[in-house]
Amino acid sequence: MSSQVPDQHGRFGPFGGKYVPETLMNALIELEEAYLKYKDDPDFLEEVRYLLKQYSGRPTPLYYAERLSQQLGGAKIYLKREDLNHTGAHKINNTIGQAVLAKRMGKKKVIAETGAGQHGVASATVAALMGLECKVFMGEEDTKRQQLNVFRMKLLGSEVVPVTSGTRTLKDACNETLRYWVSHVDDTYYILGSVTGPHPYPMMVRDFQRIIGIESREQILEAEGRLPDVVVAAVGGGSNAIGIFHPFIEDEGVRLLGVEAAGRGVDTDEHAATMTKGRPGVFQGSMSYVLQDEGGQVLPAHSISAGLDYPGIGPEHAYLKDIKRAEYVPITDKEALDALSTLSRMEGIIPALESAHAIAQVLKIAPTMSKDEIIVVSLSGRGDKDVESIMSYLALEEGQQP
Amino acid sequence: MSTAPNLNAIDSVFAALKAKGETALIPFMTMGDPDLDTSVELVQAAEAAGAHMIELGIPYSDPLADGPVIQRASERALKNKISLTDCMAVASRARERGVKLPFILFTYFNPVLQLGLGRYFDLLKEHGFSGMIIPDLPLEEDSEVRALAEEHGIHLIPLVAPTSEARVERIAANAKGFVYCVSSLGVTGVRSTFHEGIDAFLSTVRRAASVPICVGFGISSREHAERFAGQCDGVIVGSAIVRQVEEALPLLTAPDPASRKQGIKNVQDFIAGLKPRVD
Repeated sequence: MSSQVPDQHGRFGPFGGKYVPETLMNALIELEEAYLKYKDDPDFLEEVRYLLKQYSGRPTPLYYAERLSQQLGGAKIYLKREDLNHTGAHKINNTIGQAVLAKRMGKKKVIAETGAGQHGVASATVAALMGLECKVFMGEEDTKRQQLNVFRMKLLGSEVVPVTSGTRTLKDACNETLRYWVSHVDDTYYILGSVTGPHPYPMMVRDFQRIIGIESREQILEAEGRLPDVVVAAVGGGSNAIGIFHPFIEDEGVRLLGVEAAGRGVDTDEHAATMTKGRPGVFQGSMSYVLQDEGGQVLPAHSISAGLDYPGIGPEHAYLKDIKRAEYVPITDKEALDALSTLSRMEGIIPALESAHAIAQVLKIAPTMSKDEIIVVSLSGRGDKDVESIMSYLALEEGQQP
Repeated sequence: MSTAPNLNAIDSVFAALKAKGETALIPFMTMGDPDLDTSVELVQAAEAAGAHMIELGIPYSDPLADGPVIQRASERALKNKISLTDCMAVASRARERGVKLPFILFTYFNPVLQLGLGRYFDLLKEHGFSGMIIPDLPLEEDSEVRALAEEHGIHLIPLVAPTSEARVERIAANAKGFVYCVSSLGVTGVRSTFHEGIDAFLSTVRRAASVPICVGFGISSREHAERFAGQCDGVIVGSAIVRQVEEALPLLTAPDPASRKQGIKNVQDFIAGLKPRVD
């Protein structure tokens, strides 16, 4: 293991922990015990490995984006093609792992929260695969933004529960999933979708997502004979980012760059820039950076990307920021859309709006780097799900311009 | 134990009730719903209705342990941009009006953390709180708060749930004031059935605890209160009362004093109607 965190209490330095109602504590302890029992079990690992390969299509390629690199005139840009996974994003790496675990724990019912719908679809998919009953909680606002994914989940046999409390987006979908879990903790497994929430989720989801970084590291060594100078990934809760960062943490020469959603700008009230504008607090089960007002009330986030529209971030990212091992920078809605358009036209790849934030940062830094330097960027998902919301966003922009 | 144990008001009330063979009635109210002035009056009304101590609930943006009724109350309260300190001041304002019963603060952890633990405990003392409940601060995370609570002579009241199993012993051993027994799996709110193992659960807690035990979550009527009266030392009623406040909102927010008075009285009558009858 390349890192000593979290400790046995689920702490990444001061961050992490288990700040949940007592009703859930035994379920978390049971989950942790089961995970620790299976995480090094050859049978368990083989089942996960088999499904990642034969079902999801791993390893995903590390693609050299030659036209884009040449156009920008700087560093060589490699795209880690998580968008080519079954269901179109990195989310399935984690849901396969957790569904295999749920089955071994004897659970027949699973629940999940979702923002953009990618984790919901990935959960519905593995639930269908393993014959588990599945309920997905999704903010009512997001069910409108991501109608296609709602329909996909239903096609896969899952129930989609629209959440009407609070902001009606991912934050409240998470609250509602936890509340449902409290009531059904006896027979239900919660497939949490990011490296957030109470211990052991941040550790376990990271471990299931590390495959992104493990493959990237091997692939770049094979392609270039050396490690990259920079690894870039978008950060909402932070699962794809921690997945690709983690295997590079001990490679001191590799700069790790997380990209968060600045929405309409970090100087407005409409953003999801948790690291730039938040401060440490306890939110949804763990201590981490949180967007909050002076009194500790959690603020609503905004991003054009439903997957980044979240006022919290995983505790390990908070730790990496504080020990200065990773940096976190904001990218606006507009910059992300421009990057989406650039990548689509230059490489024939339409990225998810989430991943477009990472691409936008690459567009900024690649030209400042030399031609023998290398960037690896996590292309965490494909953009098909976003086409409709991009259309309406662009139409609105045009309407506003005289 | 660093300080001499000043007698905590919660302990005194339970001792007095025990002598009379009575069960404590502990209402919960969301502070600032619909506004802080009304909260002060509702606290007075709760005492007049015969409550023995009262939980003052701090509205929070993400109340994980709460069902829809208290979520809505929190949303209403937060519309007025009130802070933890504003809400805590309701206790001393009620005290100035002669309210004698012990105050228990119910708050999620983040507002406390942002205020700073030092300032938080100063304010608890200043406003006359005797206890606190922090639902998202389980045993594993509470050592700093627990140490400060003991130092200040304020009870950190722990929750135990039917799922706590082996944890019951450890939780009960550390408990101060009373042990808050969660009657059923799930969030706060009115419900018709309780956890099937509830009676066995309560006797387990009773055996493990050296302080009184109280039951909450889903208690909404005198029948419920009476069902538990023999097995515990107190019942906590939250959502059912908050729902009464919600129903009384048109009166409570009316401009004329008579309507407001009627609104307060409706809630008071409801609380009075919850008291278990003493044989």
